[in-house]
Amino acid sequence: MRGVAFDLRRAYRLNPAATLRPEPFGALAYHFGNRRLSFLKSRQLVSVVRLLSSHESAASALEAADVPVQQWGRYAAALAALAESEVIHER
Amino acid sequence: MSAEITSLTEQFKGGLAAPICLTWELTYACNLQCVHCLSASGRRDPRELSTQECMRVVDELERMQVFYANIGGGEPTLRPDFWDLLDYSVAHHVGIKFSTNGVRLDKRAARRLAGTDYVDVQISIDGATAEVNDAVRGAGSFATARRAMDNLAEAGFGEFKISLVVTRHNVAQLDAFKQLADAYGARLRVTRLRPSGRAADSWNELHPSAAQQRQLYDWLSARPDVLTGDSFFHLSALGAPLPGLNLCGAGRVVCLIDPVGDVYACPFVLHSEFRAGNVRDPGGFARVWRESELLLRLREPAAAGACASCGLYDACQGGCMAAKFFTGLPLDGPDPECVLGHGARELAKVCLPDRPSPGPGHTRRAAAVFVPLGRLPVRAVT
Repeated sequence: MRGVAFDLRRAYRLNPAATLRPEPFGALAYHFGNRRLSFLKSRQLVSVVRLLSSHESAASALEAADVPVQQWGRYAAALAALAESEVIHER
Repeated sequence: MSAEITSLTEQFKGGLAAPICLTWELTYACNLQCVHCLSASGRRDPRELSTQECMRVVDELERMQVFYANIGGGEPTLRPDFWDLLDYSVAHHVGIKFSTNGVRLDKRAARRLAGTDYVDVQISIDGATAEVNDAVRGAGSFATARRAMDNLAEAGFGEFKISLVVTRHNVAQLDAFKQLADAYGARLRVTRLRPSGRAADSWNELHPSAAQQRQLYDWLSARPDVLTGDSFFHLSALGAPLPGLNLCGAGRVVCLIDPVGDVYACPFVLHSEFRAGNVRDPGGFARVWRESELLLRLREPAAAGACASCGLYDACQGGCMAAKFFTGLPLDGPDPECVLGHGARELAKVCLPDRPSPGPGHTRRAAAVFVPLGRLPVRAVT
């Protein structure tokens, strides 16, 4: 499922069935339903995920977390992977 | 992607805020006396944690966001409060994966489990036939395990796990194990035999030969759906790495809480040298995990030692600490099952009395002794 397009214009949130555990490298995400463990490999990505629910779109969460536009492609790929493992979903 | 995985592995070496893979053995009591039991279980220990103390540990795990615990023993279901602890843990967001020989999984227990979320069940067998299994685990143990599997399937539990430790005698049965798991809609989990607990005395007889290790590596490489708990990373020196982290997680992402509350760096090193503290100490488990000198030392970069000049060190990382320790090999040298044979050569130099003793553990006094296949079963009473 890697490479699935991720629409930065849509609104997302952290899945209530998932939880984030802060770690030195970023965070671990655990989904209590599908029992999958995911890795958020930077603290900035953790900030973005935490900001999703209070922003109109993923793009505005990226802006709010001060992610440089040149890196949005990489972040979209990381968010796509988190959506695929159901850590985040559209709202 | 691979660069990201590498950097993550490096991060893991420095240790995490809490373990990912926490094993918690609830009791040393066991109805079986498997000859390779890593915790040398049998008799209950009078100092075992009480129900209340266990619940306090669960509370702590919840605060630390340990998402699940791998419950074992001994035979954990022999604890009269096992089901209460399971419910308490799940209600406190600590999922439970428990290992059992199946002795208490009757139809009623299976229905109860089928109705509980966040619970995984793993049934242990070490042979795909009663003959091979019972030689290691004891007479009747295969039938007990099969009955438990039947009960789980009948109750509609869904995907449970069938777990085996690879030995010289069951490598040839890997396909049969897989067929058995498939027939139940179960997942197969295959792990490595360590010379820990009672296996300190049976490892020589039981551990797979070099040719069998190769066979196992090829078999696992072709079956990524078979779980391994990352326990075969020493085989990654044979070619492409097996799926998983490929590093020793002891004290970094892994640890063990034993039935009396002692915390060890991993489930395979029940020895005073690897005891990090006790959950009854001030500050509890969290303090042991964060501040134990032993665990902090294990999170420092490891020296490759005698393996430094080997081009394959990056692949195998020097292998398993427990396997080296209990066979009397230096921790900064090759694994006893090093695929290049360096470990076997080193082993030949180790004098038996120099090996660290795992101690008698909780083995019952009248215990079954290991008998190689093909000989008559006997019982030794000491």
